[in-house]
Amino acid sequence: MQRRVVITGMGVVTPIGNSVKEFWEALLAGKNGVNPITLFDASGHTTRFAAEVKDFDPSPVLSPLEIRKMDRFCQFAVYAADEAIRDSGLDLERINLDRAGAIIGSGIGGIISFEKQHEILLTRGPRRVSPYFITLMITDIAAGHISIRYGLKGPNYATVSACATASHAIGDAARLIRYGDADVMVTGGSEAAICPMGVAGFNSLKALSTRNDDPAHASRPFDKNRDGFVLGEGGGIVVLEEYEHARKRGARIHAELNGIGFTADAHHITAPAPGGKGAVHAMNLLIKNAGIDPEDVDYINAHGTSTPYNDKTETEAVKTVFGDHAYELNVSSTKSMTGHLLGAAGGIELVASVLAVKHNIVPPTINYQEPDPDCDLNYTPNEPQERPVRVAISNTFGFGGHNASIAVSKIQ
Amino acid sequence: MSLEEKIKDIIVERLGVAPEKVVPDAHFIEDLGADSLDTVELVMAFEEEFDVEIPDEDAQNITTVKSAVEYLGKKMQNSDN
Repeated sequence: MQRRVVITGMGVVTPIGNSVKEFWEALLAGKNGVNPITLFDASGHTTRFAAEVKDFDPSPVLSPLEIRKMDRFCQFAVYAADEAIRDSGLDLERINLDRAGAIIGSGIGGIISFEKQHEILLTRGPRRVSPYFITLMITDIAAGHISIRYGLKGPNYATVSACATASHAIGDAARLIRYGDADVMVTGGSEAAICPMGVAGFNSLKALSTRNDDPAHASRPFDKNRDGFVLGEGGGIVVLEEYEHARKRGARIHAELNGIGFTADAHHITAPAPGGKGAVHAMNLLIKNAGIDPEDVDYINAHGTSTPYNDKTETEAVKTVFGDHAYELNVSSTKSMTGHLLGAAGGIELVASVLAVKHNIVPPTINYQEPDPDCDLNYTPNEPQERPVRVAISNTFGFGGHNASIAVSKIQ
Repeated sequence: MSLEEKIKDIIVERLGVAPEKVVPDAHFIEDLGADSLDTVELVMAFEEEFDVEIPDEDAQNITTVKSAVEYLGKKMQNSDN
């Protein structure tokens, strides 16, 4: 019989709260995480707002020296992992750490450190580049730090697939548990790319909203007047555990992770395939993989970036997969509140999906004001909705044409 | 501020150690909890602060507070001439 995978721990750092409790309260309150950029002087940038993490204080978890040796993305990862491990109630001195691993992805990695050290290279010369530059910057280092910190000696690496990164990490981790390589996996994603190069690059790509006169309403997924995504930052990490391993230690189980669908569009580096073909294929794979009926799905935490193309195409894909049931289930984009956390999106959005399943409440899509004829599903506009949530799907799609969908359900 | 005090300040800041631990015989790795990359960073900080160039073959001998003070003292004297 196939080994089952459950979620026993969760941790987040987000633009609307730096713990799972704060995050969930903010999601249900429809809190807006978007603000004028404070992390650098953005006065020369086309977009001058973002969804920044507020009041982040890593000092309860990291020493000043550790903080200096970790890029912001890595600090988010370790901080969120710490919450997730505490939440799981795992006693790391009693479990077999050879069978516990970590897969932590980041879409971009330590770009803030890259920028700073590149400036040092240009102004003060190559001999002044920090000996920590490489280990500040490389994307896999968050998984490395977490393994060292907690003694996790099982599988350890990073995934990189732009905005699908965290979902690939979590899906891979679940499969390693299913295949018997590990019993416990700490997994998810983190991102910190709100910096001059990050914003300039996404601006040049014409991906970001430029609603500078009204940032609070800039992230408006599925609304007719959406004009691009809002760059966010943070980390979302879960503890996955083999079901019997969790049951034997009397763990509190949040939900079961039972479906994974990974595909590619094979179409264009940034534009989604017409009709969302790759996304359709990913959701269909997930349904088959989970052994569920499409009608069992009550909630889709959409990729819903608030770009004109994504939201239209994702809507088409959901309708193709679910037919009439597409109008029965709830869809929402929590990016309306958090902005787009890129490689961390799949992490915090899986946490939101788990909480929806656990509490039978669907978090809303805020800033939904004018319906778009191309987007005609129930997007849970502006207010959370109570309803039974048996299965929730978290969709993530990344530049490069990567699609990753993950399903979570109530534990049976 | 004397050269020795400046060096001590840099060590306290870079290695995140208490000032009273930075005694002349304190070894960066064995006594002050540094790893090999920390010592590289420390030498770079000395170069930056005192505007000198410390070749790798000299850097590997700067392992204690005292050796740093002595080395930089000589180096600064030479550069004054």
